This record gives sequence, structure tokens and C-alpha cells, in this order.
Amino acid sequence: MAATQEVKPSNDTAVGTVVPRGGFIAAALTVLAAAAAVFAAQHGFSAYVVTLLALLFINAALAVSLTLTNGLTGLFSLGHPAFMTIGAYVAAILTFSARRKGSMLPDLPEWLAATELSMLPALLIAGLAGGLVALAIGGAVLRLKGHYLAVATLGLIIVVQGLATNWDGITRGGAGLSGLPRHVNVWWAFGFLVFVVALTWRMKFSSLGRAMMAVRENELAAECSGINAARLKILAFVVGAVLAAMAGALLSHLISVVTPKTYSVLLAFNIVVMVVIGGSGSITGALAAAAAITILSESLRPVEESVGLYGLSQVIVALCLILVLYLKPAGLFGSGEPAVVRRLFSGRKEP
Amino acid sequence: MSDAPVIEASGLEKRFGGLVAVDGYDLKLDRGDLVGLIGPNGAGKTTAFNLLTGVLKLSSGSIRIAGRDMTGASPHALARAGLARTFQNIRLFDDLSVLENVMCGAHMRHGASTVSTMLQLPSFWRAEDTLRRVGRDIVERIGLAALADRRAGDLSYGDQRRVEIGRALAGGPAALLLDEPAAGLNPAETQDLVGFIRQINEEFGIAVLVVEHDMHLVMGLCDRVQVLNRGKLIAEGTPAAVQGDPAVIEAYLGTGRKEKAHA
Repeated sequence: MAATQEVKPSNDTAVGTVVPRGGFIAAALTVLAAAAAVFAAQHGFSAYVVTLLALLFINAALAVSLTLTNGLTGLFSLGHPAFMTIGAYVAAILTFSARRKGSMLPDLPEWLAATELSMLPALLIAGLAGGLVALAIGGAVLRLKGHYLAVATLGLIIVVQGLATNWDGITRGGAGLSGLPRHVNVWWAFGFLVFVVALTWRMKFSSLGRAMMAVRENELAAECSGINAARLKILAFVVGAVLAAMAGALLSHLISVVTPKTYSVLLAFNIVVMVVIGGSGSITGALAAAAAITILSESLRPVEESVGLYGLSQVIVALCLILVLYLKPAGLFGSGEPAVVRRLFSGRKEP
Repeated sequence: MSDAPVIEASGLEKRFGGLVAVDGYDLKLDRGDLVGLIGPNGAGKTTAFNLLTGVLKLSSGSIRIAGRDMTGASPHALARAGLARTFQNIRLFDDLSVLENVMCGAHMRHGASTVSTMLQLPSFWRAEDTLRRVGRDIVERIGLAALADRRAGDLSYGDQRRVEIGRALAGGPAALLLDEPAAGLNPAETQDLVGFIRQINEEFGIAVLVVEHDMHLVMGLCDRVQVLNRGKLIAEGTPAAVQGDPAVIEAYLGTGRKEKAHA
């Protein structure tokens, strides 16, 4: 059979996840360079800019973690804010000062009211809590596909919000928990971003990641190739939820407050927009889009205030989304990583 | 390798409400067999095929793979037991490259565990190396080495068929089930395909079951042919014997009276 007949013209290239070993040095140097930039920013810019930078890192980590669920595995989940809320409350209850906790949250069991953890253990427990919830509901929710899954996960946000609002004795209701210890600075956010990118990158450029993409591309064919689609979907959903819960915990300890409405449906859309603009499945794309959108919407805030047009940034983000979908329907980088990035981090050429 | 047949299916039955789509289908496929399953449109060929591969749930009947009872197992469990298949309307992972498609087929056999992947243990890198080697080898064998990094969805129809068969082979199956592999191919491509299937069968000793519409292909390719009509097996034997079977002739052409003469 002639191998080169009538190849359809296409702008798309294959994802390209087959990489040889190596790339550690390039990755380590990149992290070091970025760390130096963060250090410079910390000392050269105002506290506002540094906080903004931390926010940007956490947003980017959220977008990258959603790449795993929505991009690689093709689960259209909007549930990230639900897991962020769970993570934020769990961590907040653990780090809150034991002196005030007893009176503020009367329904807390005594041992929990007496506990006051530092950030790292609280963060890990928050991630675990998010993962367990995802595991518990995943089996049921992941039977749904496409828009149905999106609606079900949207429902999850509302359920969690309702729980946080009404479980007064544990969550302090609608008022939320304010005055959380400010444990998180820009370095926490930076470290978390590095962790999330490294984890996602590893999963993507592996047989596991390819199997996830196979499920996304054609679930029946994947099943018939011996890939346990149900298991992989739950895995992607749970890992995404763990990372989202950790992000929620970090963000709340950055802004020192969590309320039932802090992480809302709007946030779900913002993260999804980042993933879609970057190209679902592209880690580079998610990073770039998260940075662009965070900077854009933050820099438009003063404009909104001076002109009195609140919500302007949302409109502009929406316009950007439409523009990208119009010009590049697969997002900036499609499902893959730009060749430069791949070459840089995949070490020597394949033998 | 045990001596038990690769596939031993007996009394497979599928009812959709009141309709009996497949009614008592039996199949015994030994190592190295090359069997064809034919029948007129709507005879239940694809349904039988989907029952064998676990895509459809059995109403009754039993399936043993290499002597092990796999009745009611899911498609991925059957695939892991050694049963690979292709689809009538090609189902590739379009956005992945040819090589990646084939490597996905080998995932169940050689893929590293989740923990090993996340921590990038040495076993992860060994697994990736094996996968790449197996993948390259298969891509070479299906004659698509030049297109290995091409997006699978961009290939021509004939090449896509090859990728699909390559992906099925990558899992090291004991049996390969091909659902109308010649559909949509031109005569030259079909000829190539016949040679290719024979080669797979002879070189690797993989048992092959071909569901096919194209009588010539089946008659020229298979050692044994099963004929299905209205969900029931009406004949089984060598191509020559089946071709002369009155029941088969009737199923395909109808009885003489109803036939309209062409001038």
C-alpha cells in the first residue's frame, strides 16, 4: 500500500508525546531562572505587584491542573471551584488559631478545635479531602459525558456552596472565615506552580497520558485496546481535584479569607477559558493564557473603577475567547506543546 | 501457550427487545486459524462481533478465551486477555500521531504504573523505552515508518486501516478480529490488505476472524467460512463447500422465482 497518498492538508500536527529521557537540566535551569525573577520582583516591586504575581501563579497552576482533566482526558468538568472551596475550608479550619476557633465554630469536635497546624500539613490534608470527595462522586458523575458532565459538576459547585453557607457550626455560614493566618506568600505559590507543572508534564508525556488522550479521542477504541477508560477518567478527575483543593487552600491563605462565594461558577468559567484559549491539553498554552488573562483583568480593574464600567474585564476576556476560537479553534497551541518547548525539555534527540 | 482454543464461544445470543439479532452463534478459533464470517446485510455479523469483543452485553451464551471463562467481561478485560479488534468505520485516536496510536495499543502490556509514572522511577523509563521500541517495530511492519509522526487523522483511508491494525497488533494479541477491513478501500488497496492479513496470520500465528461483505476477499483469504443469516449460523466449512451450499445461495440470492431476470 502506497504510504503517501492524498494526505489531507491540515494545520494541526500530532500531539507528539514520545520524548526520550532527559530535559532535567533544562527544567532545573528554567525553574532557577524563574525563581531569580520572582526574587527580583519581590525586592523591586510593590507588595501589590508581588501579591498579584502569587495570584497569577495560582491561577496558572489551576489552569494547568484543569489541562489534565479537561484537556488530556476530555472530561468537560467545571467542578474546580467546588474542590477549591472544600480545600480552602479544610485548610482554614486546620490553620485557624485554636484560641478563636472554639467560640467561632461551636460544632467543631474538640480535638479539631484544639488543633492548629502549619501550612504544609494543612495543605496536604486539604488536597486529600478534595481527592476523597472526587473519588466518592467520580464513579457516578463520570458516567456522564460532555455537556451533561459540565452541568453535573456545575451542580457540585452549588451543593458545596450550599453546604458551606448552611453548616454554620463548622463554616461560620455566609460570613465565611476571615482573618486566616497569612501563611502563603509568592514563594508558596511559585513552588506549587512548579509542582503542578512538573506533575502534569510527567503524566502527559507518558504512556498514561497517551492512554488518557486515547480515551478523549475515542473511548470505545481505547477500551478495545485494553485501556480501562473508567479508571483513567477517575484518576484524572481525582488528581485534578487534589490540585484544585490545594490551590483553594493556598489562595485563601494568601487573601486570608474564605467565604462560600469566594470560588464561584464565574471562576470555573475563567479557568476553562484559560484552558480553551491555550489549547486543551497544552501545558504551555494554559500557562500563557493564565498569565495573560490574570494580567489583563487585573490591569483593567483601575480602568473599570475610573470609567464606572464594572464587569468590563469580563467582557474583554469573553471577546478574547471569541477571537481565539474564531482564528484558532484548537486554541493557541492545540493539544501539544510548541516545538521549542518540547525540544528544550526533552533532552537529546531520540536514538 | 495452552492447547485450549484462542476463542471458544458457544450459544451467543443477543436480543434487542423482541428482535433476536444473534441467535445461537458458535465460534471456535484455534491458534493460526483464518476464519471468515459472512452474511447478507442485517444478518447480525457486526452484532456477533460486538458480543465477542464485549462491546455489547450478551443475552445468553458463554465466551472462553484461551480456556478462561470471560463471559460478560468488559472490552478492556477481553483485550487484555488477548482479543484485539478493528472497527468497520475506522476509530483512530485522530489527534495522536501514527506512532502514538500504535503505542496506545501497547499500553496495556508495557505501560508503567501510575505511581511509577508520577515519580518517574527507573521502571517508568524502561517502560517508555519498550513502548517506543515496540511501537517503532510495528509502524515499520505496517509500512508506515515514513509517516510515524504524522497526525493519524490526516492519513488516507487505506493508511488509517493499517494504523488501526497496527494498534491492534501492538498489544500482542492471540486473536485479531477485523470488522469489514476492506470497506471503503479500492481494489488495489484491498489486494494489499489481503496479503497483509495473511502475513500477520502466518508470521505471528495470530488467529484471525474477518467479518466481511466482500465475498471474493473472504473466499480468497480464509481457510474456513461461517455464514450468518437472520442471526443464525446457516453454514460453516471451506470456502468451496460454503459456496455450493444451497442454503447460502438462497440467503444471498433468494429463491429463483422471486429473482427478476436481467436482459
